[in-house]
Amino acid sequence: MDKVILECRAINKSFYDPVEFQVLKNISLKINQGEFISIVGRSGCGKSTLLYILSTMDTNYQGDLLINDELVTNQSEGELARIRNQKIGFVFQFHYLINEFTVLRNVMLPALKLAKFSKEEIEFRAMEKLKLVGVDQLALKSANLLSGGEKQRVAIARALVNDPAIIMGDEPTGNLDSRNAQMVFDIFKELAESYHQTLLIVTHNQSFAKNSERIIEIVDGRVVN
Amino acid sequence: MNLGLIFDIAKLLLLARWRQTLVAAIGVTFGVTMFIALLGFMNGLNDLLDSLVMNRVPHVRLYNEIKVNPVQPVNLAFQNKKIHNFISSVKAARIREDIRNSAEIMKKVNSDSRVLGVTPRLTTQVFFKSGTINISGVINGIEAEKEISLFHFNQYVINGNPLDLKHRSNSIILGKGLADQLLIAVGDVVDVTTPSGNQFPLKVVGFYQSGLNDVDKVQSYASVLTVQKLMAKSGNYITTIQIKLKDIKQAPQVAKEYARLFHVDAEDIQKASSEFETGSFVRSLISYAVGITLLTVAGFGIFNILNMMIYEKMDTIAILKAVGFSGKDVNRIFLIIALFIGIAGGGTGLLFGFLLSLVIDQVPFRTTAFPTVTTYPVNYNLFFYAIAACFSLFTTYFAGWFPARKASKVDPVVIIRGK
Repeated sequence: MDKVILECRAINKSFYDPVEFQVLKNISLKINQGEFISIVGRSGCGKSTLLYILSTMDTNYQGDLLINDELVTNQSEGELARIRNQKIGFVFQFHYLINEFTVLRNVMLPALKLAKFSKEEIEFRAMEKLKLVGVDQLALKSANLLSGGEKQRVAIARALVNDPAIIMGDEPTGNLDSRNAQMVFDIFKELAESYHQTLLIVTHNQSFAKNSERIIEIVDGRVVN
Repeated sequence: MNLGLIFDIAKLLLLARWRQTLVAAIGVTFGVTMFIALLGFMNGLNDLLDSLVMNRVPHVRLYNEIKVNPVQPVNLAFQNKKIHNFISSVKAARIREDIRNSAEIMKKVNSDSRVLGVTPRLTTQVFFKSGTINISGVINGIEAEKEISLFHFNQYVINGNPLDLKHRSNSIILGKGLADQLLIAVGDVVDVTTPSGNQFPLKVVGFYQSGLNDVDKVQSYASVLTVQKLMAKSGNYITTIQIKLKDIKQAPQVAKEYARLFHVDAEDIQKASSEFETGSFVRSLISYAVGITLLTVAGFGIFNILNMMIYEKMDTIAILKAVGFSGKDVNRIFLIIALFIGIAGGGTGLLFGFLLSLVIDQVPFRTTAFPTVTTYPVNYNLFFYAIAACFSLFTTYFAGWFPARKASKVDPVVIIRGK
C-alpha cells in the first residue's frame, strides 16, 4: 500500500575524465512514501553521484528516473528545475545558504520561486518551518552570522518549505560536530516519525545510518543489500 | 513569471558587490559623457564652420558668365563641309554682364514653393582713394534686409548697423581689412573711383568682418541703388540673383532647371563648396568612432565585472539552481544586473554629458574668424543623446549576455560536490 515516491531503473553512469570509469552499474531502487533511508558506502563508491542523479541535477546518465510515477529522464532543463523546486528538498554538506539574504529569506526562496502562495503566507510558512527546526529566533539575522549547526538547520527548513515529496541530503552532518550532528539527526528523525516525510540521506556516519529505517549500501557502484 | 523575485535577487547580487558595480557603472557613465560632450562639441564646431560658408553662400546663384558663344558663325558656315577653318583665339564680345529681365526672373523664382528667398546682387570693381594711393576693391550692391534674413549679413557687420545701407543714401560698409588699410573709421567719407573714371564720395556706416582676411581686404557693401548709381546704370541692372532654398539638397536640380528656364548660368552650392561637406562628414565620423570606442571599452569593463561576479557567486548560482531556479532564471538575473549597470551608468552619463556640454559652452573662444562667437560652440542635438542611450544599453546587454549565458550553464553538481 506504500506509495512509491521515487523510482530508478537500471541507472548507469560513467565518468570519462581522465579515463573511462563506470561509477554506477545498473542501479534500480524504489523509495516509498515516508521512508527514512540512508545511503552508505565508501568514498568514491558512487553514492553521492547516485543522489545527484536522483535529485535531477545530474542529467548525464543512462536509465530511467521516475518521481511520483512520472518519468523525469530527458525532461527539459526548465521542467527539471520546476520538479526540483516543487518535489525535492535538498540539504548539502556545506549548508549552502545565500549569505547576503536573511535567514527567513533563505527559507522563503524556493517558495517564492514556486509562487503558489502569497508572500505573507510564504513568510508565515517559512517561520513555521524555522520553528520546527528550532531556529525561529534567528529569522531576521543575516545568514553569514550563523554557526554551522544553525546554518544546517536553516537549510533543512528551506528544504521543507515547499512540502516536498522527498528530502535529499548529501552528508548533511558531515561537516558538523557530534552535538550538532545529533541535533540534525533528531530533526530528520522527527520529520520521518511525526510528519512521515520521505528522507534520502547519503552519510558516512555509521550511527546515523543505523538509526534510520532502511540502509542502502553501495559498493563499487552496485547496491549490495 | 516571478520577475519580482528575479529582480530582488539581481538587486541583492548588485548590492553585495556594489563597489565593482559602481566601477562598471562609472565606466559606462564616462563613456556616455564623453560621447555626448565630444559629439556635441564636434558638431557645434562643424555647424560653425559650415555656417562660415554655407550660411553666406546662396544655394543657387544665377549670373551671366563671360564666355565665348558656343555657336560661332564660322562653324555654322562650314558645317558638314570638308573644310578646316583657321580662326583661333575666339574672344567673347558684347556679353551682357547683367541678367536680362531680372525683375521678372526674381518674381518668378520667388513664387517657386521650393524657394525660401531670393535677393539681387550687383558687383563692381572700384578704387578706394587713400591720399595719393588707389586701393582696388569690390563693392557689392545688396538689399540689406533680405541679405540679413537669408544670409545672416548682420553677423559679420561690426561697428555699425547694416540697415543703414538702406536708410542712408550713398553709404557703404567697408571690409575691416580694407578700412584698416585706408585708415578710416565709421562716420568718415571714403572716395571711390569707378572703372569708368567717375569719383564718388561714400559715407562709411560700418565694417564687415567675414573671418576670411583676404575677403575683408577687398569686399565692401553698399545698397543696390548706390552701386547702380556708381555704375551709371538703370534701376533693373542686376548681375547676380542669389537664391536660398528650403532644402539645400535640391540645389543642383533647381540650378539646372533655372539655367534652362531663364537662359542664364546657374551654380549650386554643392558644386561651389563640396569640400566643406566632406570635411563635416569626416569630422562627424571621427567623433562617432571615438565615442563608440569609449562605450565599447566600458562594455568590456562590464563584461569583466560580471564574469568576476559569476565566479564569486558560483555558490549562490548553484543554490538557486538546486532549489529550482532554471538556467533561464539565472540568465535573466545576470542580464538584469548588466542592464541595470547600463541604465544607471548611461542615465548618469547623459546628465553629465549635458553638464559637460554646458561647461564647454561657457569656455571663452574668441577668434577673428567668427566675430559673433565668444564661447566654444556646442550642438545639443537630442539625436546624440538618443544614440548614446541606445548604444550604452546595447553594449551593456551584450557585455552581460555572455557572462549571463555562462552563469545559466553552471552545473550545480560540480559546485556542490567540488567543496
